[in-house]
Amino acid sequence: MTEKTKDILFKPVVENNPIALQILGICSALAVTSQLSVALVMCLALTVVTAFSNFFVSLVRNYIPGNIRIIVQMTIIASLVIVVDQVLKAVAYDVSKQLSVFVGLIITNCIVMGRAEAYAMKNPPVASFLDGIGNGLGYSVILIALAVIRELFGSGSLLGIQILPVVSTGGWYVPNGLLLLPPSAFFLIGGFIWVLRTFKTDQVEAADFEMAPNTRAEVA
Amino acid sequence: MAEYLSLFIRSVFIENMALSFFLGMCTLLAISKKIEAAIGLGIAVVAVLAITVPVNNLLYTFLLAEGALSWTGIESMKDVDLSFLGLLTYIGVIAAIVQILEMVLDRYMPALYNTLGVFLPLITVNCAIMGASLFMVERDYDFVESTVYGLGAGIGWALAIVALAGIREKLKYSDMPHGLRGLGGTFMIVGLMSLGFMSFGGMNL
Repeated sequence: MTEKTKDILFKPVVENNPIALQILGICSALAVTSQLSVALVMCLALTVVTAFSNFFVSLVRNYIPGNIRIIVQMTIIASLVIVVDQVLKAVAYDVSKQLSVFVGLIITNCIVMGRAEAYAMKNPPVASFLDGIGNGLGYSVILIALAVIRELFGSGSLLGIQILPVVSTGGWYVPNGLLLLPPSAFFLIGGFIWVLRTFKTDQVEAADFEMAPNTRAEVA
Repeated sequence: MAEYLSLFIRSVFIENMALSFFLGMCTLLAISKKIEAAIGLGIAVVAVLAITVPVNNLLYTFLLAEGALSWTGIESMKDVDLSFLGLLTYIGVIAAIVQILEMVLDRYMPALYNTLGVFLPLITVNCAIMGASLFMVERDYDFVESTVYGLGAGIGWALAIVALAGIREKLKYSDMPHGLRGLGGTFMIVGLMSLGFMSFGGMNL
């Protein structure tokens, strides 16, 4: 693996993470992370769609007239999502019922659209494919981390297997119900961004104003 | 009449698009710094949702659903099931309606068109719009129900973004920890708002 492919593949995971830095694709990150198994399926689906949509958009990039490119990209993405949706319904029907509308919403997931527009329109197919996988991985890392925290501490289990014995079955762990509620995902992502920006200070947004120093001492 | 009213209230408060299903988050976080911009975007979302959900409902019932093509009277069309084409159809309809709305507004209401500006085309990729259409199909709403639902979902989303913009404007001069400035803090605020909206959850209409 050359240096460049490595860069394309792993940069989106930490340095240029689609969720934490590019603020893309947040909707699904919040809604499907209360169980690890559902989150894993979602990650897989999104990575596949991003990689292949990047690949196909990149293949036809020189033939798309500039002013209808959004529609062309949309059609490619929507067809891929239909394929993924049908496969999920055939292979893992229960999970696809749990994901309900969120598989369909991959179409409007900004990661897919954003990468097609920002990367695949300007780069050759193979590099675009890798970029799609890289961004899918970056998305998956955060989704899986969120799901592990929420499922482990919210219901004491991982992938449905009991790890922390909960009180209701005679164990010692009192599950934290808040983590199963949707808003907890906001607090977790907020905290995650806080930690990330404490270590990578260049990611902090510029303030709209300067806080003036406290001048009371001089006045008095 | 009463059931439509209760559906409306439910879609605005209890099943708020932004704060209980987290749809349209990207736009919600990005364009909530100023109240004026938030109001403009909110109006645009209400308009687009109130049109696209009923239109998609018509398309679904008369074109895509299983046995929907029986109105053509052609024998072999009776049990055609095109519902797998749904996703492609809805996104096409949404893109087309946003485009038409843009042209109509430009021609007849230039003042409103200028206020909405760049937000109109952005709405095409707003998951709240697509999500409402998918929920409409999943819950089997009929035409009137989906009109009410589209309107209610739009108003609920607009309410959320205007409220968030208001809170962010107030918090502009607060002394948050550095890492939380901007995006991180906004996440926390939305989380708290979402907790607040959860209190509507127990309501039974």
